[in-house]
Amino acid sequence: MKEKPMFEEDLKKLQKIVEELSSGKITLGESLKKYEEGVRLAQSCSQTLTSAQRKVELLMKKDGKFGLEKFDDTQTEEK
Amino acid sequence: MQKNHKHIYTVSEITQVIKGMLEEKVGEVWIEGEVSNFKAASSGHFYFSLKDQGALIWAAMFAYANKGLKFKLEDGLKVICFGKVDVYGPSGQYKIIIERIEPKGKGGQQLAFEQLKKKLEQEGLFDLGHKKMLPLMLFSVGIVTSDKGAAVRDILQILKKGASCVDVVIRSVRVQGEHAANEIAQAVEEFNSFGGIDLIIVSRGGGSTEDLWSFNEEKVARAIYNSRLPVVSAVGHQINTTLSDLVADVFVETPSAAAKIIVDKKNSLLAQLDSLKHELEFAATNTVNELKNRLTGLTHMLKSPADRLLEKQQFLDELFSGLNYNMRHTFELAGERSSSLIQRLESLSPLAILSRGYSLSMLMAQGAIVKDIAQIKPGDKLKTVLHIGAFTSLVQEVINDESSSSKGLG
Repeated sequence: MKEKPMFEEDLKKLQKIVEELSSGKITLGESLKKYEEGVRLAQSCSQTLTSAQRKVELLMKKDGKFGLEKFDDTQTEEK
Repeated sequence: MQKNHKHIYTVSEITQVIKGMLEEKVGEVWIEGEVSNFKAASSGHFYFSLKDQGALIWAAMFAYANKGLKFKLEDGLKVICFGKVDVYGPSGQYKIIIERIEPKGKGGQQLAFEQLKKKLEQEGLFDLGHKKMLPLMLFSVGIVTSDKGAAVRDILQILKKGASCVDVVIRSVRVQGEHAANEIAQAVEEFNSFGGIDLIIVSRGGGSTEDLWSFNEEKVARAIYNSRLPVVSAVGHQINTTLSDLVADVFVETPSAAAKIIVDKKNSLLAQLDSLKHELEFAATNTVNELKNRLTGLTHMLKSPADRLLEKQQFLDELFSGLNYNMRHTFELAGERSSSLIQRLESLSPLAILSRGYSLSMLMAQGAIVKDIAQIKPGDKLKTVLHIGAFTSLVQEVINDESSSSKGLG
Protein backbone atom coordinates (compact mmCIF):
# COMPACT_ATOMS: atom_id res chain seq x y z
CA MET A 1 0.00 0.00 0.00
CA LYS A 2 1.22 3.45 -0.82
CA GLU A 3 0.94 5.78 2.11
CA LYS A 4 -1.25 8.70 1.30
CA PRO A 5 -2.82 9.74 4.56
CA MET A 6 -1.38 13.19 3.94
CA PHE A 7 -3.33 13.88 0.81
CA GLU A 8 -6.57 15.04 2.37
CA GLU A 9 -4.71 16.96 5.05
CA ASP A 10 -2.51 18.64 2.48
CA LEU A 11 -5.52 19.59 0.44
CA LYS A 12 -7.19 21.08 3.50
CA LYS A 13 -4.02 22.99 4.38
CA LEU A 14 -3.85 24.31 0.85
CA GLN A 15 -7.43 25.50 1.00
CA LYS A 16 -6.74 27.25 4.28
CA ILE A 17 -3.66 28.96 2.89
CA VAL A 18 -5.61 30.24 -0.10
CA GLU A 19 -8.27 31.61 2.24
CA GLU A 20 -5.68 33.30 4.43
CA LEU A 21 -3.92 34.82 1.47
CA SER A 22 -7.16 36.02 -0.04
CA SER A 23 -8.18 37.68 3.20
CA GLY A 24 -5.16 39.95 2.90
CA LYS A 25 -4.81 40.09 6.63
CA ILE A 26 -1.27 38.80 6.87
CA THR A 27 2.07 40.45 6.59
CA LEU A 28 4.15 40.37 3.44
CA GLY A 29 6.68 38.05 5.01
CA GLU A 30 3.97 35.67 6.12
CA SER A 31 2.19 35.80 2.82
CA LEU A 32 5.35 34.94 0.92
CA LYS A 33 5.92 31.98 3.21
CA LYS A 34 2.32 30.88 2.84
CA TYR A 35 2.46 31.27 -0.90
CA GLU A 36 5.56 29.10 -1.13
CA GLU A 37 4.00 26.47 1.08
CA GLY A 38 0.77 26.60 -0.92
CA VAL A 39 2.58 26.09 -4.19
CA ARG A 40 4.50 23.20 -2.70
CA LEU A 41 1.31 21.57 -1.39
CA ALA A 42 -0.52 22.03 -4.68
CA GLN A 43 2.34 20.45 -6.58
CA SER A 44 2.67 17.51 -4.24
CA CYS A 45 -1.09 16.87 -4.34
CA SER A 46 -1.12 17.04 -8.13
CA GLN A 47 1.85 14.73 -8.31
CA THR A 48 0.15 12.22 -6.04
CA LEU A 49 -2.84 12.20 -8.35
CA THR A 50 -0.89 11.96 -11.56
CA SER A 51 1.74 9.49 -10.48
CA ALA A 52 1.69 6.23 -12.38
CA GLN A 53 3.14 3.99 -9.75
CA ARG A 54 0.20 1.81 -9.11
CA LYS A 55 0.28 -1.74 -7.92
CA VAL A 56 -2.18 -4.46 -8.72
CA GLU A 57 -2.20 -7.31 -6.28
CA LEU A 58 -4.18 -10.33 -5.26
CA LEU A 59 -5.25 -10.68 -1.67
CA MET A 60 -4.72 -14.25 -0.52
CA LYS A 61 -5.59 -15.80 2.78
CA LYS A 62 -3.73 -18.81 4.03
CA ASP A 63 -4.08 -20.25 7.50
CA GLY A 64 -5.91 -17.12 8.60
CA LYS A 65 -3.13 -14.85 7.43
CA PHE A 66 -3.34 -12.32 4.65
CA GLY A 67 -0.77 -12.18 1.90
CA LEU A 68 -0.42 -10.17 -1.28
CA GLU A 69 0.63 -11.58 -4.60
CA LYS A 70 1.43 -9.68 -7.73
CA PHE A 71 -1.43 -9.73 -10.17
CA ASP A 72 -0.48 -9.75 -13.79
CA ASP A 73 -2.82 -7.26 -15.34
CA THR A 74 -1.07 -7.01 -18.69
CA GLN A 75 -3.15 -9.84 -20.08
CA THR A 76 -6.33 -8.10 -19.07
CA GLU A 77 -5.73 -5.53 -21.75
CA GLU A 78 -5.55 -7.95 -24.63
CA LYS A 79 -9.24 -8.56 -25.09
CA MET B 1 -63.17 -57.08 -3.57
CA GLN B 2 -66.01 -59.15 -2.37
CA LYS B 3 -69.10 -57.07 -2.37
CA ASN B 4 -71.78 -59.65 -2.07
CA HIS B 5 -71.06 -61.12 1.23
CA LYS B 6 -70.45 -59.47 4.41
CA HIS B 7 -66.82 -58.76 5.11
CA ILE B 8 -65.81 -56.99 8.19
CA TYR B 9 -62.66 -54.92 7.81
CA THR B 10 -60.46 -53.99 10.61
CA VAL B 11 -59.68 -50.25 10.70
CA SER B 12 -56.21 -50.97 9.53
CA GLU B 13 -57.47 -53.11 6.71
CA ILE B 14 -59.91 -50.56 5.37
CA THR B 15 -57.35 -47.81 5.77
CA GLN B 16 -54.97 -49.94 3.83
CA VAL B 17 -57.57 -50.33 1.08
CA ILE B 18 -58.24 -46.60 0.96
CA LYS B 19 -54.56 -45.87 0.98
CA GLY B 20 -54.02 -48.29 -1.88
CA MET B 21 -56.87 -46.86 -3.90
CA LEU B 22 -55.99 -43.25 -3.34
CA GLU B 23 -52.33 -43.63 -3.88
CA GLU B 24 -52.85 -45.73 -6.97
CA LYS B 25 -55.71 -43.81 -8.55
CA VAL B 26 -54.69 -40.34 -7.66
CA GLY B 27 -50.97 -40.79 -7.30
CA GLU B 28 -48.80 -37.91 -8.37
CA VAL B 29 -50.66 -34.70 -9.12
CA TRP B 30 -50.27 -30.98 -9.72
CA ILE B 31 -52.39 -28.91 -7.38
CA GLU B 32 -53.12 -25.25 -7.35
CA GLY B 33 -54.24 -23.54 -4.17
CA GLU B 34 -53.58 -21.07 -1.42
CA VAL B 35 -51.31 -21.86 1.50
CA SER B 36 -52.83 -21.70 4.97
CA ASN B 37 -52.01 -22.96 8.45
CA PHE B 38 -48.35 -22.93 7.59
CA LYS B 39 -45.98 -24.31 10.21
CA ALA B 40 -42.29 -25.06 9.97
CA ALA B 41 -41.45 -27.79 12.46
CA SER B 42 -38.14 -27.88 14.27
CA SER B 43 -37.34 -31.00 12.28
CA GLY B 44 -37.29 -28.83 9.18
CA HIS B 45 -40.49 -30.28 7.76
CA PHE B 46 -43.21 -27.93 6.61
CA TYR B 47 -46.86 -28.61 7.40
CA PHE B 48 -49.66 -26.59 5.93
CA SER B 49 -52.90 -26.81 4.07
CA LEU B 50 -53.88 -25.87 0.57
CA LYS B 51 -57.32 -24.47 0.04
CA ASP B 52 -59.61 -22.87 -2.44
CA GLN B 53 -63.15 -21.58 -2.02
CA GLY B 54 -64.69 -25.03 -1.70
CA ALA B 55 -62.20 -27.33 -0.08
CA LEU B 56 -59.07 -27.79 1.92
CA ILE B 57 -56.40 -30.43 1.77
CA TRP B 58 -53.56 -30.96 4.19
CA ALA B 59 -50.03 -30.95 2.91
CA ALA B 60 -46.55 -31.74 4.10
CA MET B 61 -43.25 -30.81 2.56
CA PHE B 62 -40.40 -32.65 4.16
CA ALA B 63 -37.04 -31.15 4.91
CA TYR B 64 -35.29 -32.86 2.01
CA ALA B 65 -37.76 -31.32 -0.40
CA ASN B 66 -37.95 -27.82 1.04
CA LYS B 67 -34.23 -27.42 1.64
CA GLY B 68 -33.55 -25.76 -1.69
CA LEU B 69 -36.61 -23.57 -1.54
CA LYS B 70 -35.58 -19.98 -2.21
CA PHE B 71 -38.74 -18.19 -1.22
CA LYS B 72 -40.60 -18.36 2.04
CA LEU B 73 -43.85 -20.22 2.25
CA GLU B 74 -46.45 -18.24 4.09
CA ASP B 75 -50.16 -18.11 4.59
CA GLY B 76 -52.05 -16.56 1.73
CA LEU B 77 -49.44 -17.41 -0.87
CA LYS B 78 -50.97 -18.81 -4.07
CA VAL B 79 -48.96 -21.78 -5.19
CA ILE B 80 -48.76 -24.54 -7.72
CA CYS B 81 -47.28 -27.71 -6.32
CA PHE B 82 -46.43 -31.18 -7.33
CA GLY B 83 -46.78 -34.14 -5.00
CA LYS B 84 -48.53 -37.35 -4.28
CA VAL B 85 -51.43 -38.33 -2.11
CA ASP B 86 -50.53 -40.09 1.06
CA VAL B 87 -52.80 -41.71 3.61
CA TYR B 88 -51.45 -41.77 7.10
CA GLY B 89 -53.18 -44.56 8.97
CA PRO B 90 -52.41 -43.71 12.57
CA SER B 91 -54.28 -40.41 12.37
CA GLY B 92 -56.71 -41.39 9.65
CA GLN B 93 -55.66 -38.48 7.52
CA TYR B 94 -54.77 -38.11 3.96
CA LYS B 95 -52.54 -35.39 2.73
CA ILE B 96 -50.40 -34.34 -0.17
CA ILE B 97 -46.68 -34.93 0.22
CA ILE B 98 -45.24 -32.09 -1.76
CA GLU B 99 -42.05 -32.47 -3.75
CA ARG B 100 -41.96 -29.20 -5.60
CA ILE B 101 -43.69 -25.93 -5.05
CA GLU B 102 -43.73 -22.68 -7.02
CA PRO B 103 -45.50 -19.45 -6.35
CA LYS B 104 -48.30 -18.92 -8.82
CA GLY B 105 -47.78 -16.20 -11.41
CA LYS B 106 -44.09 -15.65 -10.90
CA GLY B 107 -40.92 -17.57 -10.40
CA GLY B 108 -39.87 -18.74 -6.99
CA GLN B 109 -36.67 -16.80 -7.31
CA GLN B 110 -38.51 -13.62 -8.04
CA LEU B 111 -40.71 -14.16 -5.03
CA ALA B 112 -37.71 -14.99 -2.87
CA PHE B 113 -36.08 -11.79 -4.02
CA GLU B 114 -39.14 -9.76 -3.19
CA GLN B 115 -39.56 -11.38 0.17
CA LEU B 116 -35.97 -10.86 1.18
CA LYS B 117 -35.98 -7.35 -0.17
CA LYS B 118 -39.02 -6.53 1.92
CA LYS B 119 -37.45 -8.03 5.00
CA LEU B 120 -34.14 -6.19 4.60
CA GLU B 121 -35.93 -2.99 3.80
CA GLN B 122 -37.93 -3.25 6.99
CA GLU B 123 -34.73 -3.86 8.90
CA GLY B 124 -33.33 -0.66 7.47
CA LEU B 125 -30.55 -2.14 5.35
CA PHE B 126 -31.36 0.16 2.46
CA ASP B 127 -31.68 3.32 4.57
CA LEU B 128 -30.04 6.28 2.94
CA GLY B 129 -28.94 7.48 6.35
CA HIS B 130 -26.69 4.46 6.65
CA LYS B 131 -24.94 5.08 3.38
CA LYS B 132 -21.38 6.24 3.73
CA MET B 133 -19.80 9.10 1.84
CA LEU B 134 -16.94 8.12 -0.40
CA PRO B 135 -13.61 9.63 0.68
CA LEU B 136 -12.23 12.62 -1.19
CA MET B 137 -9.90 10.39 -3.13
CA LEU B 138 -9.61 6.63 -3.36
CA PHE B 139 -6.01 5.59 -3.56
CA SER B 140 -6.45 1.93 -2.71
CA VAL B 141 -9.34 -0.02 -4.07
CA GLY B 142 -10.30 -3.54 -3.09
CA ILE B 143 -12.20 -5.46 -5.70
CA VAL B 144 -14.32 -8.45 -4.83
CA THR B 145 -14.77 -10.36 -8.05
CA SER B 146 -13.41 -13.23 -10.06
CA ASP B 147 -9.83 -12.64 -11.17
CA LYS B 148 -10.73 -14.25 -14.46
CA GLY B 149 -13.88 -12.33 -15.20
CA ALA B 150 -14.61 -9.44 -17.48
CA ALA B 151 -15.36 -7.17 -14.55
CA VAL B 152 -11.80 -7.07 -13.21
CA ARG B 153 -10.48 -6.53 -16.70
CA ASP B 154 -12.80 -3.59 -17.33
CA ILE B 155 -12.02 -1.97 -13.99
CA LEU B 156 -8.25 -2.36 -14.29
CA GLN B 157 -8.22 -1.00 -17.80
CA ILE B 158 -10.10 2.15 -16.91
CA LEU B 159 -8.07 2.74 -13.76
CA LYS B 160 -4.81 2.25 -15.58
CA LYS B 161 -5.76 4.75 -18.22
CA GLY B 162 -7.56 7.26 -16.08
CA ALA B 163 -6.21 6.99 -12.56
CA SER B 164 -2.84 5.32 -12.58
CA CYS B 165 -2.18 6.50 -9.04
CA VAL B 166 -4.66 4.00 -7.66
CA ASP B 167 -3.51 0.75 -6.12
CA VAL B 168 -5.75 -2.22 -6.66
CA VAL B 169 -6.12 -5.28 -4.47
CA ILE B 170 -8.21 -8.07 -5.86
CA ARG B 171 -9.86 -10.68 -3.69
CA SER B 172 -10.80 -13.33 -6.15
CA VAL B 173 -14.09 -15.08 -5.48
CA ARG B 174 -16.55 -17.19 -7.34
CA VAL B 175 -19.28 -14.90 -8.57
CA GLN B 176 -21.93 -17.48 -9.25
CA GLY B 177 -22.98 -20.85 -7.99
CA GLU B 178 -23.55 -22.34 -4.62
CA HIS B 179 -20.46 -21.02 -2.84
CA ALA B 180 -20.36 -17.60 -4.39
CA ALA B 181 -22.44 -15.75 -1.80
CA ASN B 182 -20.32 -17.08 1.05
CA GLU B 183 -17.11 -16.11 -0.67
CA ILE B 184 -18.32 -12.66 -1.62
CA ALA B 185 -19.54 -11.93 1.90
CA GLN B 186 -16.30 -13.19 3.37
CA ALA B 187 -14.17 -11.16 0.98
CA VAL B 188 -15.99 -7.99 2.00
CA GLU B 189 -15.29 -8.77 5.64
CA GLU B 190 -11.67 -9.60 4.86
CA PHE B 191 -11.05 -6.29 3.14
CA ASN B 192 -12.38 -4.59 6.23
CA SER B 193 -9.97 -6.41 8.49
CA PHE B 194 -7.08 -6.24 6.03
CA GLY B 195 -6.79 -2.45 6.21
CA GLY B 196 -5.20 0.06 3.89
CA ILE B 197 -8.18 0.02 1.59
CA ASP B 198 -10.24 3.12 0.83
CA LEU B 199 -13.09 1.52 -1.07
CA ILE B 200 -14.49 -1.90 -1.87
CA ILE B 201 -15.98 -2.63 -5.25
CA VAL B 202 -18.21 -5.69 -5.35
CA SER B 203 -18.54 -6.64 -8.96
CA ARG B 204 -19.23 -9.13 -11.68
CA GLY B 205 -19.94 -8.82 -15.34
CA GLY B 206 -23.30 -9.24 -16.97
CA GLY B 207 -25.32 -12.39 -16.93
CA SER B 208 -28.78 -13.79 -16.47
CA THR B 209 -30.74 -13.13 -13.32
CA GLU B 210 -29.73 -16.60 -12.18
CA ASP B 211 -26.05 -15.81 -12.82
CA LEU B 212 -26.28 -12.72 -10.68
CA TRP B 213 -28.21 -14.47 -7.97
CA SER B 214 -25.42 -14.62 -5.43
CA PHE B 215 -25.58 -10.84 -5.18
CA ASN B 216 -29.17 -11.17 -4.04
CA GLU B 217 -28.34 -13.37 -1.13
CA GLU B 218 -28.92 -12.26 2.40
CA LYS B 219 -25.38 -12.86 3.63
CA VAL B 220 -23.93 -10.74 0.85
CA ALA B 221 -26.37 -7.94 1.60
CA ARG B 222 -25.54 -8.09 5.30
CA ALA B 223 -21.78 -8.19 4.74
CA ILE B 224 -22.04 -5.06 2.60
CA TYR B 225 -24.29 -3.39 5.14
CA ASN B 226 -21.87 -4.17 7.95
CA SER B 227 -18.79 -3.04 6.04
CA ARG B 228 -16.98 -0.11 7.65
CA LEU B 229 -15.39 0.67 4.32
CA PRO B 230 -17.62 2.23 1.70
CA VAL B 231 -18.86 -0.27 -0.87
CA VAL B 232 -19.67 0.29 -4.51
CA SER B 233 -21.84 -2.38 -6.05
CA ALA B 234 -21.29 -2.91 -9.76
CA VAL B 235 -23.10 -6.06 -10.74
CA GLY B 236 -24.20 -7.04 -14.21
CA HIS B 237 -24.45 -5.05 -17.36
CA GLN B 238 -28.06 -4.06 -17.41
CA ILE B 239 -30.46 -2.51 -15.05
CA ASN B 240 -31.06 -5.64 -13.03
CA THR B 241 -30.96 -4.30 -9.52
CA THR B 242 -29.59 -6.74 -7.01
CA LEU B 243 -29.92 -6.57 -3.26
CA SER B 244 -26.22 -5.82 -3.01
CA ASP B 245 -26.91 -2.75 -5.19
CA LEU B 246 -29.59 -1.62 -2.78
CA VAL B 247 -27.45 -2.07 0.32
CA ALA B 248 -24.24 -0.64 -1.11
CA ASP B 249 -23.25 2.98 -0.47
CA VAL B 250 -23.11 3.62 -4.19
CA PHE B 251 -24.34 1.42 -6.99
CA VAL B 252 -23.58 1.59 -10.64
CA GLU B 253 -24.75 -0.48 -13.55
CA THR B 254 -21.42 -1.78 -14.77
CA PRO B 255 -17.92 -2.56 -13.49
CA SER B 256 -16.57 0.16 -15.81
CA ALA B 257 -18.83 2.73 -14.20
CA ALA B 258 -17.39 1.82 -10.80
CA ALA B 259 -13.88 2.52 -12.05
CA LYS B 260 -15.09 5.75 -13.63
CA ILE B 261 -16.20 7.03 -10.22
CA ILE B 262 -12.55 6.93 -9.16
CA VAL B 263 -11.28 8.48 -12.38
CA ASP B 264 -13.86 11.27 -12.09
CA LYS B 265 -12.86 11.94 -8.51
CA LYS B 266 -9.24 12.18 -9.54
CA ASN B 267 -10.00 14.53 -12.40
CA SER B 268 -12.21 16.79 -10.36
CA LEU B 269 -9.52 16.94 -7.67
CA LEU B 270 -6.92 17.90 -10.26
CA ALA B 271 -9.21 20.63 -11.52
CA GLN B 272 -9.77 21.79 -7.97
CA LEU B 273 -6.02 21.87 -7.37
CA ASP B 274 -5.57 23.90 -10.53
CA SER B 275 -8.06 26.47 -9.43
CA LEU B 276 -6.51 26.56 -5.97
CA LYS B 277 -3.15 27.21 -7.60
CA HIS B 278 -4.69 30.08 -9.55
CA GLU B 279 -6.28 31.50 -6.46
CA LEU B 280 -2.96 31.24 -4.74
CA GLU B 281 -1.21 33.16 -7.53
CA PHE B 282 -3.97 35.70 -7.59
CA ALA B 283 -3.96 36.21 -3.85
CA ALA B 284 -0.17 36.53 -3.74
CA THR B 285 -0.11 38.97 -6.65
CA ASN B 286 -2.87 40.91 -5.01
CA THR B 287 -1.01 41.10 -1.74
CA VAL B 288 2.11 42.34 -3.48
CA ASN B 289 0.19 44.85 -5.58
CA GLU B 290 -1.64 46.17 -2.59
CA LEU B 291 1.61 46.62 -0.74
CA LYS B 292 3.10 48.32 -3.77
CA ASN B 293 0.23 50.77 -3.85
CA ARG B 294 0.62 51.51 -0.19
CA LEU B 295 4.33 52.01 -0.71
CA THR B 296 3.73 54.46 -3.53
CA GLY B 297 1.31 56.34 -1.35
CA LEU B 298 3.74 56.47 1.52
CA THR B 299 6.61 57.54 -0.76
CA HIS B 300 4.51 60.44 -1.86
CA MET B 301 3.97 61.42 1.69
CA LEU B 302 7.61 61.01 2.62
CA LYS B 303 9.39 64.08 1.00
CA SER B 304 13.13 64.78 1.02
CA PRO B 305 14.37 67.75 3.16
CA ALA B 306 15.38 69.62 0.00
CA ASP B 307 11.85 69.27 -1.30
CA ARG B 308 10.58 70.59 1.98
CA LEU B 309 12.91 73.58 1.85
CA LEU B 310 11.82 74.44 -1.65
CA GLU B 311 8.29 74.15 -0.59
CA LYS B 312 8.86 76.49 2.31
CA GLN B 313 10.62 78.99 0.09
CA GLN B 314 7.76 78.92 -2.25
CA PHE B 315 5.41 79.45 0.60
CA LEU B 316 7.48 82.35 1.80
CA ASP B 317 7.53 83.88 -1.66
CA GLU B 318 3.85 83.67 -1.76
CA LEU B 319 3.61 85.31 1.62
CA PHE B 320 5.94 88.04 0.49
CA SER B 321 4.06 88.86 -2.60
CA GLY B 322 0.94 88.93 -0.53
CA LEU B 323 2.60 91.13 1.99
CA ASN B 324 3.86 93.55 -0.69
CA TYR B 325 0.48 93.87 -2.12
CA ASN B 326 -0.98 94.52 1.28
CA MET B 327 1.69 97.04 2.10
CA ARG B 328 1.24 98.88 -1.11
CA HIS B 329 -2.41 98.91 -0.61
CA THR B 330 -2.00 100.20 2.92
CA PHE B 331 0.33 102.96 1.73
CA GLU B 332 -2.03 103.96 -0.99
CA LEU B 333 -4.88 104.13 1.44
CA ALA B 334 -2.76 106.20 3.85
CA GLY B 335 -1.75 108.57 1.04
CA GLU B 336 -5.31 109.14 0.05
CA ARG B 337 -6.30 109.79 3.62
CA SER B 338 -3.46 112.20 4.25
CA SER B 339 -4.14 114.31 1.17
CA SER B 340 -7.74 114.73 2.15
CA LEU B 341 -6.60 115.57 5.64
CA ILE B 342 -4.22 118.16 4.22
CA GLN B 343 -7.03 119.70 2.27
CA ARG B 344 -9.14 119.85 5.33
CA LEU B 345 -6.24 121.21 7.27
CA GLU B 346 -5.68 123.85 4.66
CA SER B 347 -9.27 124.91 4.77
CA LEU B 348 -8.98 125.29 8.50
CA SER B 349 -5.73 127.31 8.39
CA PRO B 350 -6.00 130.87 9.78
CA LEU B 351 -4.10 132.04 6.75
CA ALA B 352 -6.96 130.79 4.64
CA ILE B 353 -9.33 132.84 6.75
CA LEU B 354 -7.13 135.83 6.19
CA SER B 355 -7.51 135.40 2.48
CA ARG B 356 -11.20 135.89 2.95
CA GLY B 357 -10.42 139.46 4.37
CA TYR B 358 -9.99 138.68 8.01
CA SER B 359 -6.89 139.84 9.96
CA LEU B 360 -5.09 138.74 13.05
CA SER B 361 -3.75 141.09 15.71
CA MET B 362 -1.13 140.24 18.28
CA LEU B 363 0.22 142.15 21.19
CA MET B 364 3.75 142.94 20.19
CA ALA B 365 5.01 142.58 23.74
CA GLN B 366 3.63 139.04 24.50
CA GLY B 367 2.97 137.92 20.95
CA ALA B 368 -0.49 136.87 22.19
CA ILE B 369 -3.37 137.00 19.73
CA VAL B 370 -5.82 139.64 20.72
CA LYS B 371 -9.30 138.23 21.17
CA ASP B 372 -10.64 140.52 23.88
CA ILE B 373 -10.32 144.31 24.44
CA ALA B 374 -9.53 143.55 28.05
CA GLN B 375 -6.10 142.46 26.80
CA ILE B 376 -5.24 145.89 25.44
CA LYS B 377 -5.10 149.49 26.52
CA PRO B 378 -4.38 152.61 24.49
CA GLY B 379 -0.73 152.96 23.63
CA ASP B 380 -0.20 149.10 23.18
CA LYS B 381 1.69 148.16 20.11
CA LEU B 382 -0.06 145.62 17.93
CA LYS B 383 1.09 143.57 15.02
CA THR B 384 -1.66 142.81 12.55
CA VAL B 385 -1.30 140.06 9.99
CA LEU B 386 -3.25 140.26 6.77
CA HIS B 387 -3.71 137.88 3.96
CA ILE B 388 -0.77 139.45 2.29
CA GLY B 389 1.71 141.15 4.51
CA ALA B 390 1.50 142.62 8.04
CA PHE B 391 1.73 145.98 9.75
CA THR B 392 2.14 147.40 13.25
CA SER B 393 -0.09 149.94 14.90
CA LEU B 394 -0.66 151.74 18.18
CA VAL B 395 -3.95 151.44 20.04
CA GLN B 396 -5.56 154.89 20.25
CA GLU B 397 -8.70 154.04 22.09
CA VAL B 398 -10.30 150.97 23.56
CA ILE B 399 -13.98 150.96 22.76
CA ASN B 400 -15.88 149.12 25.32
CA ASP B 401 -18.85 148.31 23.18
CA GLU B 402 -20.18 144.81 22.97
CA SER B 403 -21.75 145.14 19.60
CA SER B 404 -18.86 146.98 17.97
CA SER B 405 -16.21 145.05 19.84
CA SER B 406 -17.03 141.95 17.90
CA LYS B 407 -16.46 143.98 14.83
CA GLY B 408 -13.48 145.73 16.43
CA LEU B 409 -11.25 142.93 15.35
CA GLY B 410 -12.08 143.59 11.78
